[in-house]
Amino acid sequence: MGVLSLLLTLFVPLLGAIAVLFINKEQSKAIKSTAFVMSIVTFLLSLLLLPNFDSSNPTFQYVVNQLWIPSLDAGFRIGLDGMSLLLVLLTTFIMPIAIASSFSGIKKREKEYYAMLLILQFGMTGVFVALDTFLFYVFWELILIPMFFIIGVWGGKDKIYASIKFFLYTLVGSLLMLVAIIWIGLYAKDPAVYGKFTTDLVAIKGFIGSIPYDIQVWLFLAFAISFCIKVPLFPLHTWLPDAHVQAPTAGSVILAGVLLKMGTYGLIRFNLELFPLVSSHWATPIAWLSVIGIIYGALVAMVQTDVKKLVAYSSVSHLGFVVLGIFSMTVEGIQGAIIQMVNHGLSTPMLFLCVGVIYDRRHTREISEYGGIARVMPIYTVLFAIAMFASVGLPGLNGFVGEYLTLIGAFVSPVYNNTLFAILSATGVIFAAVYLLWMWQRVMFGTNDNPENQNLQDVTKQELWQMIPLVVFIVWIGVYPGTFLKFTEASTRALVGKIEAVNGISPRYNSLPTIQKASHQHKQSDHKSHNGADKHDNAHPSTDSKPHK
Amino acid sequence: MAELIYLVPLFPLIGFIFLGLFGKKIKSEALIGAIGSSMVGLSFLVTCGILFSMISSPVDQRSTIVRLFSWIQTGNFSVDIAYQVDQLSILFTMIITGVGTLIHIYSIGYMHGDRSFYRFFCYLNLFIFMMLNLVLANNLLLTFLGWEGVGLASFLLIGFWYDRKFEGVSIIWTGDAAKKAFIVNRIGDFGVLLAMFLLFTTIGTLDYNQINAQASTLTPIMVTAIALLLFLGCTGKSAQIPLGVWLPDAMAGPTPVSALIHAATMVTSGIFLIARTSNLFAHSTTAMAVVTGIGITTALIAGTVGLVQNDIKKVLAYSTVSQLGFMFAALGVGGFTPGVFHVMTHAFFKALLFLGAGSVIHGMHEEQDIKKMGGLKKYMPKTYLTFLIGTIAISGIPPFAGFFSKDEILWYAWDKGSPVLWGVGVVAAFCTAFYMFRLFHLTFNGKERFDHHHVHPHESPATMTIPLMILAVASVLGGLLGVPYVLGFFISDHPNILDNWLSPIFASANETLQYHAHHEIHAIEYILMAISTGVALTAILLATKLYKNYSKEASSDESRNFLWKLLWNKYYVDELYQIKVRSTYVVSNSILWKIVDVLIIDGIVNSAARLVGIFAEIIRRVQTGFVQNYAIMMLLGILAIIGWLVIRY
Repeated sequence: MGVLSLLLTLFVPLLGAIAVLFINKEQSKAIKSTAFVMSIVTFLLSLLLLPNFDSSNPTFQYVVNQLWIPSLDAGFRIGLDGMSLLLVLLTTFIMPIAIASSFSGIKKREKEYYAMLLILQFGMTGVFVALDTFLFYVFWELILIPMFFIIGVWGGKDKIYASIKFFLYTLVGSLLMLVAIIWIGLYAKDPAVYGKFTTDLVAIKGFIGSIPYDIQVWLFLAFAISFCIKVPLFPLHTWLPDAHVQAPTAGSVILAGVLLKMGTYGLIRFNLELFPLVSSHWATPIAWLSVIGIIYGALVAMVQTDVKKLVAYSSVSHLGFVVLGIFSMTVEGIQGAIIQMVNHGLSTPMLFLCVGVIYDRRHTREISEYGGIARVMPIYTVLFAIAMFASVGLPGLNGFVGEYLTLIGAFVSPVYNNTLFAILSATGVIFAAVYLLWMWQRVMFGTNDNPENQNLQDVTKQELWQMIPLVVFIVWIGVYPGTFLKFTEASTRALVGKIEAVNGISPRYNSLPTIQKASHQHKQSDHKSHNGADKHDNAHPSTDSKPHK
Repeated sequence: MAELIYLVPLFPLIGFIFLGLFGKKIKSEALIGAIGSSMVGLSFLVTCGILFSMISSPVDQRSTIVRLFSWIQTGNFSVDIAYQVDQLSILFTMIITGVGTLIHIYSIGYMHGDRSFYRFFCYLNLFIFMMLNLVLANNLLLTFLGWEGVGLASFLLIGFWYDRKFEGVSIIWTGDAAKKAFIVNRIGDFGVLLAMFLLFTTIGTLDYNQINAQASTLTPIMVTAIALLLFLGCTGKSAQIPLGVWLPDAMAGPTPVSALIHAATMVTSGIFLIARTSNLFAHSTTAMAVVTGIGITTALIAGTVGLVQNDIKKVLAYSTVSQLGFMFAALGVGGFTPGVFHVMTHAFFKALLFLGAGSVIHGMHEEQDIKKMGGLKKYMPKTYLTFLIGTIAISGIPPFAGFFSKDEILWYAWDKGSPVLWGVGVVAAFCTAFYMFRLFHLTFNGKERFDHHHVHPHESPATMTIPLMILAVASVLGGLLGVPYVLGFFISDHPNILDNWLSPIFASANETLQYHAHHEIHAIEYILMAISTGVALTAILLATKLYKNYSKEASSDESRNFLWKLLWNKYYVDELYQIKVRSTYVVSNSILWKIVDVLIIDGIVNSAARLVGIFAEIIRRVQTGFVQNYAIMMLLGILAIIGWLVIRY
C-alpha cells in the first residue's frame, strides 16, 4: 500500500495537470476546482504514506526499482526515508494552499497556470523521492520550466529579467551537477568498480568511496555549487530577491516553501551521503558562507522598503541556519536542519501569503504606504504576527526548535571545532527580531492616515482558511516537535555514524572546551582542510570525548 | 498536591485562548474582566493549596518535579516540559498569581470603555502563562520559553495603544517603544542562548538541579563565562546597565501593565534566574563581583535620574530600575534570600505605587506630568492614603515592608561586601526616599496646578481602589516575613521566616561561599540600621520642605545647569545607542545592499550574461541564412579535413 500511495502521490499531480489542460479555458471555475481537488487528493494520498512507514528503519522504504534506459542503467528508482517523507508531505501540504491563494489573484491564462503548478508539484515530489541520479536530474530540471513560466508570464513588472535570471542561475549549477553525474557513471564502467555505466544511487553509494580523493573533491564541489545556488547560499543568492518580488504570491509560496529545500535536501542526500570525508574537510568554508549569509541576509533585509523583498532576504538568513546545521555533521545539527527546512516551508509561505493579502488590496508593497493597518484589519494583524514571530524564532513556535538545534549542532560540531560559528550565527536571532518587528510595526501600528487604507477589508474567509492550517503546524512543531523529529532520527543517526566512521571524530560533549582551546584547534583544522592530505588518520584531540551513541 | 501544578499555568492559557478567539464577540466588559481575572484567581487558589501542603510536609519533601512531556529530543539533546515545585518557584508563583489577580481586577476599572477591552485581558493572561512557565520550569530551556514569552507579552502590551504617540529618543509611537523593548531584550537573550550551549557541551543537560549539582565540576573560566552570559540576559530582562534603556520607554503601555510586568513580576526574572542557578554563580567570584558592581551602579545611576523626572510613571520606572539594582547587588554578595525578599516586598509596594499612579492618571484624564498636578489629596483620598503607604514602604521606614528587605540588603553589603558598597547603597537609598516624596508631594499636596476648566479630578471606582487597599496592607505587613535576628531574637530563634523557608534552595550556594547562618548580635548592625533609617528620614524631610507647598507653574523652575541636563537626559545613553543603530543601518543600506548585492554580485552575474550576449552577437554573423555562404563553409571544411588527412599520412 505504501508503494502504491507513493506512486500516486507522485503521479496524481501530473494527471491533474493533463486533466486541467483538457478543460475549456472559458470554464474558469472548473479549472480551479479541478486543480484544487487534485492537490487535495494528492495530499490525502500522501498521508497514506504514514501508517506503514517504519521510522526506526534508517534505509529507504517503499522502494520501486524499474529499469528505464538500459544503456545508461538509468532506472525509475524511487523510495523514501524520513527526510524525503517530511519534504514530500510538506510539498503536498503547501500545494493546495498555493493553488487556493491564486484563485483571486490570477486572471489570465488560468488553464496554463494551474497546469504549470501541478507539473511543478510533480517535479518537486520527484526530486524528493528519486533514488537515481539521472531521474533526480530530470526532475530537477523539469522544475525550472514551470517556474520559469510562472514568474515570466504571471509575474510583476520586471518579470522577464527575474525569470531569465532565475533560469540561468540555476541552470549553471545543474549543468555542473550533470557533469558530475556523468563522470560517476563513466567511472562505474570500470569492471573493477561496477562493470557498467550506472545512475543507481544505491549502487553509487557502494563504490563512491573508491574514487580518488582529489576527484571526489571536484565531484563534491559540482554537486555543492548546484545545490548552494538553489538554497541559496551567500554569495549565490541574488536571483532570489528578484524571483520572489516578481513572482505571483503562489509562486513565492512554492519557491520559499518547497523549491529552496531542494537545495538543502540535495546537500544532505548527495554531498553528505556520498562524500562524507570531503564534506568534513570542506565544512568550514561552507560554514563561513552560511554565517555570512545569516548575518548579511538579515542586515540587508533590515533596510528593504518593499515587504516582499524583505521576506526574500530573510530567507537567505534562515536558510543559512539550515546549511550551518547540515555541515555541523552532528545529529542535533542535521535534525535541526531538517526540521528547520519544514519550519521555513511553513512560516515563510505564510509571510508571503500575508504580503499577498495587502498587495491584492492595494497593489503596493512599500512599507511607507501602510501604517495603522491593525485598526482596519485586526485578524490579518494577528495572522501576520504569528508568521512573523515564528520566523523570529520565538520559543513555542516552530522556528525556535529548528534554529536552536542547528545552533547546538554547530556549537558541538567536531568538524567545525570552533564555537565562533554558532556564536556569530546566534546574533542572527537578534537581527531577525530587528527587521521583522520593525517592518511589522511600521505596517500595523501607528495611526491609519493613508486615505486609501481606511477602508481595507480584513482577511476573507478564504484567505483565513489558507493560513489556519499553517498556524496549526507552526504551533504544533513549536510545542511538540517530537512528532516530526522522530521520522528522521534513525536515518540521521545512521548518516552521522557513517560520517564519524569515515573521519574518525565525534562531538565533544563533556570535553570542557575553553575559548582559547577551541580557536587553537580551529587553526589546526583549517590548515588541514587546505592541504587535505590526512584523510583517514585524524589529529583531533578527542581523547576526552565520549563516543556518540 | 504538587502534581496539580500544571493547573496553575493552564488556567491563564485557557483564558488567553478563549479571550483571543471569542473575546471580540463578548460585549460585556464585566464578563470579559471576570473571565480574565478568575483564571488568574484560580491559579492563585491552586498555588495556595500547594503552598499549604508544602508547609505541612517535611522540609526534605518540599521539592517535586512534575514532568508533563518530552519537548525537544534528538541526538544527545533532550529537554522536557517539566515543572519544578519547590520553595523558590512557589514563592514567585504566589507573587505572580496573587499580585496578578489584583491587577487584573484593577484593570476592569482602569480599562473601562477601551475599544479593545478583551484584547487587554487576553494579553494579560498570556503574560501570566508565560511568566509562570519561566519560574516553574525545571530546566533552562523552558525558562527561556517563558523568558521570550513574557517578552512577547510585554511587546504586545507596551504597544497596546498602538495608535498613540509616545515621547522618547527616536521614539514617536508606542509601537517604537514596544519594538525597542523586544529588541533590547533579544540582545540579552543572545547571552542566555550561548550560556545554554556552553552548559549543554559541558554538563550535557539544561536541568537546573544538574546545573547546580555539577557546577563544581566546571573549570573556573567556564563557570565565569556561563554565569556572565546568563547575567547578560538578566541585564536585559531586569533592565540593568547596559541594557536598561528599554524600561522607561516601556511606560508607553497602559499603567496596569507597568505595574504587573514592568515592576512586580517580569523585570524580576533576572533575579529569579540567578537565584535558580545560585550555586553556579557562587562558583565564580568574578561573576558575583560583576553582578554586585552592575547592580549597585545601576541602583545609583537610576536613582539620580529619578530625582529630576516629571512624568509620574517615569519616576516610578527609574525607581524600579534602581530597586532591581539593589536586588542584584544583594545577590552578588551572596545575599540570595535578601534579594528574593526584596523582590517580594518590592512587588507589593511598587505594584501599589504604579496602580496608585494609574488611579491618579485615570482621575486626571490621562495627565502624567506631576508639574501639572498638586492638591489631589482632597479629590482622591483613598488613592492618597494608599500611595502614602507605598511611598513610606519604598523609602525604608520601619516597620513597613521595604525597611526589612532593604536593610537586610544593606547589612549584607556591609558584612559580605565592603563599607564602600554599603555607602553607595545608602546614597541610592537617600535618592529613593527623596524622589519618592518629591513625587508624592507634587502629586497630592501643594497648589492645584491643573486647569480646572478641563480637568476634574475624581476618585477611582471600587475595582481600582480595593486592589490598592489590599496591596497597601501587604506593603505594611509583608516585611514581617523577613524579620532579622537582631530585631526578632526575643520572639524565636528563627524569626526570619523567609530565610528558613528558602534555606534548602540556597544551601549548596551558601556552602560554596562558606556562609553560615549567624545567630549572634552585632552592635554594628543596630548602628547601620539607625544610620540608614536616619538617612531616609533626612531625605523625606528635605523633600517635604522643598515640595510640600510647591506652587510654581510648570517649566518655570529648576536652574537648568549641566548636571540637571545630564540627569534629565538620562546620561545621554539613548543617544549613544541611537548613533550605533543609525550607523548599522547606513552600512547595511549603502554598503551591503547597494554595493555588495546590487553592484558587485549582480554586476558580475549580469555582465557574465551580457558577455555571452556580446559573444553570441559575433557568432550570430556566421549564421547569415544565405545558402551560398553555408556551401562555401562546407567546402572549406571538407578541404581542411582532406588537408589534415594528407598531412597526417
